[in-house]
Amino acid sequence: MKNNRRRVFMTAGCQTVSMGTGRKEFHPKKPRPGLEEYIREAGQGVLKQIGGGQNVDEGVISNFMAGRFNKQGNLAALIPYVDESLRWKPCCRVEGACGSGGLGLMTGIKSVLAETAEVALIIGVEVQNTVKAIYGADILAGAGWFRGERKAGHAYFFPALFSDRASAYFQKYGREKTRRAFARWYRNAVENARLCETAQEFHNTAEDLESLALTEPNPRSFVDHLNVYDCSKVSDAAAGIAVVSEKGLDRIGIPKSDAVEVVGWGQVEADLTIPPEDLTRLETTARAVKKALESAGITLGDLGTVECHDCFTISGLLSVEAIGLAPAGSGADYILDGKTSRQGAIPFNTSGGLIGWGHPTGGTGVRQAVTVWQQLTAKAGNWKVAISPEHPYALSVNMGGNDKTVVAIVYRRPE
Amino acid sequence: MNYADRLENVSVLGAAGKMGSGIVLLTAMEMADLSLEPGNPSKTFTLQAVDVSSTALSGLLKYLRDQVQREAEKKAVWLRKAYENRKDLIENEEIVDQYIEDVLAIVRPSTKVEAAYDSTLVFEAVNENPDVKVKLFSQIRTHNSKDAWFLTNTSSIPISELNDRVNLNGRIIGFHFYNPPAVQKLVELIRAGSTLPELADFSQQFAKKLRKTVVLSNDVAGFIGNGHFMRDALHGISEVERLTADFGFAGSVYIVNKISQDFLIRPMGIFQLVDYVGLDVCQCIMRVMNERLPGAGLNSSFIDKLISLKIFGGQNADGSQKDGILKYEKGRPAGVFDPGQRVYVPFAEVAGRCDEKLGPLPSQAKPWKHVISQADRTGFLDGYFKQLREMSTLGADLARKYGRRSKEIGLGLVKDRVAAREEDVNTVLMTGFYHAYGPVNHYFQ
Repeated sequence: MKNNRRRVFMTAGCQTVSMGTGRKEFHPKKPRPGLEEYIREAGQGVLKQIGGGQNVDEGVISNFMAGRFNKQGNLAALIPYVDESLRWKPCCRVEGACGSGGLGLMTGIKSVLAETAEVALIIGVEVQNTVKAIYGADILAGAGWFRGERKAGHAYFFPALFSDRASAYFQKYGREKTRRAFARWYRNAVENARLCETAQEFHNTAEDLESLALTEPNPRSFVDHLNVYDCSKVSDAAAGIAVVSEKGLDRIGIPKSDAVEVVGWGQVEADLTIPPEDLTRLETTARAVKKALESAGITLGDLGTVECHDCFTISGLLSVEAIGLAPAGSGADYILDGKTSRQGAIPFNTSGGLIGWGHPTGGTGVRQAVTVWQQLTAKAGNWKVAISPEHPYALSVNMGGNDKTVVAIVYRRPE
Repeated sequence: MNYADRLENVSVLGAAGKMGSGIVLLTAMEMADLSLEPGNPSKTFTLQAVDVSSTALSGLLKYLRDQVQREAEKKAVWLRKAYENRKDLIENEEIVDQYIEDVLAIVRPSTKVEAAYDSTLVFEAVNENPDVKVKLFSQIRTHNSKDAWFLTNTSSIPISELNDRVNLNGRIIGFHFYNPPAVQKLVELIRAGSTLPELADFSQQFAKKLRKTVVLSNDVAGFIGNGHFMRDALHGISEVERLTADFGFAGSVYIVNKISQDFLIRPMGIFQLVDYVGLDVCQCIMRVMNERLPGAGLNSSFIDKLISLKIFGGQNADGSQKDGILKYEKGRPAGVFDPGQRVYVPFAEVAGRCDEKLGPLPSQAKPWKHVISQADRTGFLDGYFKQLREMSTLGADLARKYGRRSKEIGLGLVKDRVAAREEDVNTVLMTGFYHAYGPVNHYFQ
């Protein structure tokens, strides 16, 4: 794969609060903002930084299942709802399950590369607390193959798919240490989230997070090999970011020092109808990361921080291995050695990740890019981590479904 | 007749009442679950929901629909397996809907007691009136062709008395749920001397399938639960009478209710609990107990007087609390009835002075709800009650006295052989009344 034919940047990120259980202001029976409000909040947050909607050439909205969670389709037409100045601009909606956000970013990147846009506004959103978790599980199961998998699947379809992955991993590499690594992953996620005020776990005050996370799974009410702490929560949230060319940066008046450069990317699709060959590996993720690193011309040693798709603790662990930071079977050691923590060699998911910050499914990929941008441009506030100048790169990995739709992006911080 | 056969045709008498509706819910779900088991495809399960009130029966169906849905959502993991051969049911939502339909299809509402004539099992949850129960049982026994077994939800009437008066020859057992049956974990099981062993076995199995905690109580009027509750309430009432000279009626009720709730860390104060059960129900229970346990002083002119003034308590059809000894705002006590002036006096008018006289709660005090979810509950309670023991305020005095009396009642139930063990008394209070600790404890000497 070749390098980008022109320089592409991301800037002016914005994320809303991730609303759901855990947030003090969340009450399941009280009225809450809907899809429109989240889209508008994230979108306006970006527009405010880039001089308004008149500077935008194109809008992209990433979402997974508004058609079922909110009975709302035609989401592209909610981009102009963000601001009047966006009316009549070209917009589209992209969907790739929980990988929708990554696809949205790629759509913007490609528009900029194709020179059909100098400034693209990308918004990712999901509002999922409209239904009880047991019915939300039905909706999210749409990320799997409905005709081939759903009937035989579990009530909690996706948690069960990753519970099966955890089981396979336990069998191959041992349970005890792996579970401890899950617990550490949970602790890191919550400790990071406690520093970031938009995170869903920002208000979490539990004392002994690792003991909590070691609660034995309850197959009667949930899945066989994971407990609720192993899972990202149900979230309502949106995130927005601008994907721009150098010309675009000039137009919106943002210096390169306030932008990250997109220096590589890998976009990979697996066949929805073919089950994973090896449950202990995220093959599609591995392929996307490899492509992204190759296209950026960097190695893992150049990375200063990673945003990975930890929809479950097991996906966090398998991501560490798929990225190549630990050989197969050693992901648990890597995590338990503290290498993914905020003081570690490569801090992962510095605002909490999917487990700590929240997982508004179709919006997550965009939120990851916002976190990377904030971290690399010194806008991370309390949750800023130290990244040495020798490691100026960041990687984000956004996964849709059971390792089916994957987008990996390599970013470089401003020089 | 095996377990599933016995449950093929069940009648619930008093089906739309507070206890009856919960019993219908649990039993109908158990029947639906049996119908989904591989061994029972040819069986047709039927539950006759019998109640005198046709209006209440239509309310029952709405209650069942809501509750079955909640339960189905909780057991969706199992339901997906149970319906695995139904190719048309794919999503959780479809499976939950089907289960609701299957449970409701079992329930046949009826206002006629004749509906029970074909039943193999009759579950009774009508008024706590021995004559009413005897009349119904006798009528069914005469016409029932199936040698039905009788499970009675009586909370006070000795089972052997019902057995003898109806000539049931041991085909009866006390199966006492706590309110609300779908929530409270306890079932008090009471055998008459003649109760058939196979009926006792069935009852154990049934309770186990409903995931209830079973405590065996001896066949003494009031059993363990009301044996404690009625005496506990009478203590509260006698305290009110004693305190009235200093604090007035309203102030004394406020004080005793607060002592029994906040100082003793119980889910409700004693007068809120009396209102919750209903003053009329308490009166019936006391009457039954007093007639059968002469000399125990189980009657209350206080309750009788309030009932004569049409103060009943109990719940509205939607489950909300009616005013009783206390007045309720949004389900929380907010005032107290003054029988002299026949009006409710707002708590605000008496609380200031009373709280001042009582003195503060121990500094470690936490609300009941917090305490029951605390990991180290025993450790917390040890510390809390140690502090309470060392205080010399009026509040601490009254609380210690209340705790000692509750303990004495518990020990009395063991001494009088109502309960086999102290532990059984504690289990009843903790799983039937949701107390954070049992009355027989080392907190009160």
